[in-house]
Amino acid sequence: MTEPSAGPRTSGTGHGVLTPVLTANWGDERAWKLTNYERRGGYDALRSALAMQPSEVVSLVKDSGLRGRGGAGFPTGMKWSFIPQDNPKPKYLVVNADESEPGTCKDIPLMMASPHTLVEGVIISAYAIRANQAFIYVRGEVLHVVRRLQQAVREAYSAGYAGKNILGTGYDLEIIVHAGAGAYICGEETAMLDSLEGRRGQPRLRPPFPAVAGLYACPTVINNVESISSVPSIITNGADWFSSMGTEKSKGMTIYSLSGHVTHPGQFEAPLGITLRQLLDLAGGIREDHQLKFWTPGGSSTPMLTDAHLDVPLDYEAIAGVKSMLGTKALQCFDETTSVVRTVLRWTEFYKHESCGKCTPCREGTWWLVQILKRMEAGHGQPGDIEKLLDLCDNILGRSFCALGDGATSPITSAIQYFRDEFEAAMHTPAWELFPYQRSTIFVREPAGAGA
Amino acid sequence: MSELIEPQAPAPNGHAGGDIASEELVGHGHFVTHFDEPSLDYGLSETKITEATVEELRSIAERYPQARSALLPMLHLVQSVEGRVTPAGIEACAEILGLTAADVSGVATFYTMYKRRPVGEYHVGVCTTALCAIMGGDEVYARLQDHLGIGNDETTEDGKITLEHVECNAACDFAPVMMVNWEFFDNTTPEKATGVVDQLRAGDHVWSTRGARVCTWKEAERVLAGFPDGRADEGPTAVGPSLLGLRIAQQHDWTAPDPEHIQDRRGGEGR
Repeated sequence: MTEPSAGPRTSGTGHGVLTPVLTANWGDERAWKLTNYERRGGYDALRSALAMQPSEVVSLVKDSGLRGRGGAGFPTGMKWSFIPQDNPKPKYLVVNADESEPGTCKDIPLMMASPHTLVEGVIISAYAIRANQAFIYVRGEVLHVVRRLQQAVREAYSAGYAGKNILGTGYDLEIIVHAGAGAYICGEETAMLDSLEGRRGQPRLRPPFPAVAGLYACPTVINNVESISSVPSIITNGADWFSSMGTEKSKGMTIYSLSGHVTHPGQFEAPLGITLRQLLDLAGGIREDHQLKFWTPGGSSTPMLTDAHLDVPLDYEAIAGVKSMLGTKALQCFDETTSVVRTVLRWTEFYKHESCGKCTPCREGTWWLVQILKRMEAGHGQPGDIEKLLDLCDNILGRSFCALGDGATSPITSAIQYFRDEFEAAMHTPAWELFPYQRSTIFVREPAGAGA
Repeated sequence: MSELIEPQAPAPNGHAGGDIASEELVGHGHFVTHFDEPSLDYGLSETKITEATVEELRSIAERYPQARSALLPMLHLVQSVEGRVTPAGIEACAEILGLTAADVSGVATFYTMYKRRPVGEYHVGVCTTALCAIMGGDEVYARLQDHLGIGNDETTEDGKITLEHVECNAACDFAPVMMVNWEFFDNTTPEKATGVVDQLRAGDHVWSTRGARVCTWKEAERVLAGFPDGRADEGPTAVGPSLLGLRIAQQHDWTAPDPEHIQDRRGGEGR
C-alpha cells in the first residue's frame, strides 16, 4: 500500500503530493480540546483577523481563490461580498454541516477530530460579514460529532473567542450548534434556512438569494464546513500561500474521500487537480484481483465516470470538461463485480426517499424512476424502458426548485451513457444473475459459505 | 401506490448471501419510508412530559433569535422524554411557540429522525444506500432482520432494539456502516452486527468504533436537543481511513508549502 508511484516529493511546486492542512492535527491525541488546538497555533488566525477590517478579511479570502467545498464551487469571498452592508437588518452566518450527499464523508471526521478548526473559521467568517449570530447546522445522525461541536463552542466562549466583546475588540458573536433531524434536502441551502426557521425543510425559489433575504429574511451567508475551516489557514498563511496550491481556477488544498472497492479507502488532503490514478496509487489501488468499473467524482449527484477518466485532474474545470462535476470530491469507486443497474436503483431510491415533495417533477419523477429501475434489476425491463428513463430524467432536470431533482438524474443518464448494455440486459436477466451480489461485498467469508 | 407496478419476486435461490435483503428490498414492491407510515397516534393521551420538561422546552426556544427556530431541538427533547413524538409533545411545542398543533405536526412528520411509534432502547440503523449496500450493508441488514425477527422500523418484543435501514451516514470510507443510537459502528459485517445487538440486549456496555460508549436512544435525543451529557471526550480523535492520507504524507515528508517561502517568492507580498 505504501509504495506509491506518485512521483517526486514536490514536483517543483513547493509542496508535496499530499498537503495536510485541515487534516494535519487529526493524528494528535485529543485534538478536539482547545488547549491542544491552541498548542498548534489555533486561534492565532482569529487574533490576526480581528486586527484587520472585516472588508480586508473578505478581500483576503477573495484573493485566495477559495471556492465552496460543499459541491457547487462558488467563490467563497465573492459570496461574502454579496452581503449588503448598508442593510440595517442583522446578518447571519449558517454553516452547512449537514453532510449527507452519498459518498461524502469529509466534514464528519473533520468536526469529530478538530471542531475548533471549524469554530475558529466560523468566528472569523462571521466577523468578515459583520454577523453577530452564527449557526452550525449539523445533521442529527452523528451524535458524537454534535457532542464535540457543543463542547468546542463552549470552550470558545470560556476562552473569550465567542460571546460578548471577543478578545476585547468590541465584536460580539453568538454561536448555536443546531442538530437537524434527518433530511438530506436540508443540505440545500434554502431548505436549510426553512429548517432552521423551524419548518419543513423545503427549498425556496431564488431570487431573492440568501445573501439578500436568507434566514428570517435577513442577509445570510451559508458555507460548507470545509470552506469555513479553510479560512483560518488562509488568514495565517496568506492568499498567495493558498493559491500556490491547485490549478489555474481551482485553488488551494482540499479533502478527497476515497471509498468503495479500494484496497485502503480513506481521506486524502491534496491540492486541487490531483488525479484519481494518483490517489488510487496511494490507496493501494482497487482491491486485489479486481478492476475499476465506474466512479463518482463528487457524490452520487455527479455523473459517473469510468476508467477512461483516471487521469482527469480533479478540479472544477477539468471534471466539468468531461460532463461531470467535482461536487464534494467524494470518489466512490466500484469494481467490475458491481451491477450498474443495482447501484443506480439504490441511488434513485435515495433521491425518492429524500425528495421533499415540493416540486412535482422530482416528487413524482423519482418515484417512477424507482419503479422502472426496480423491474429492470429483476430482469423484467420492458421494451422502451431505457428511453422512458431518459425521458423522465429530461422532465426532471432543470424543472425543479433545487438541485436534488437534477442530482437524481445524474446517475441514470451517465450510467446509460457508459453502460447501456447492462440496461439492455435488464430486459431479460436479473442483475443478481449477471453480477452475483455476494461478489461485491468485502467480507472475508468462511470457506464453507464461499462455495457459490 | 406500490400496486401500480409490482415487479415479480426474484427467483427464490437466485443469489446467495443477499437473499433476504433482496426479498425485502427488491421483491416486495418498494422501500417503506417514513412518508408511508401511519400518521401520529392522536388517540394517545398518556404522557411523561412534566412541568420540568416544559421549562426545558422553553429554555431551548429562548436560545434563538426567533423562537420557532427551536422547534427541531424541541422535538428531539420531546423524544428524549416520550420515546417518540406524541400528541402531548406536539401540543407542548405548539403552545410554547404560539403555533397550531397542525403546524408542529407538519414539521414532525417531515423528518426521518422523528418517530411516530415507540423506539426501543437502542436504535440500530444499517446503511443501505448504494455504496454500503453493495459492499455488504444489504447482507448485514438481512442478517439482523433474521437474527432479531423484526422488519424495518420494528422493535424487538423486549423493547431493546429498533431496526431501520438508513440512508448514507457520511462514513463511506468505513463501509459498510451501522449506527447505534447515531454512533458509528464502522466496517461492520453480519457477524459483528449480530454480536453488537446481542451485547446490547444482554445489557453489556458497548463502545462505538470511533465515538463514545453507547447511551440509550432517549439520552442521545437529549444531547441532540442541546443538552450536553459531558461525554465529548470519550473516543479517539480519528482512526484508520480518516488518517490514511495524513500518515502517507508523514512517511514521505509531504507538506503544504512553507508560507515564508511563498512570501519570499512573491517579494514579501504577504498580506
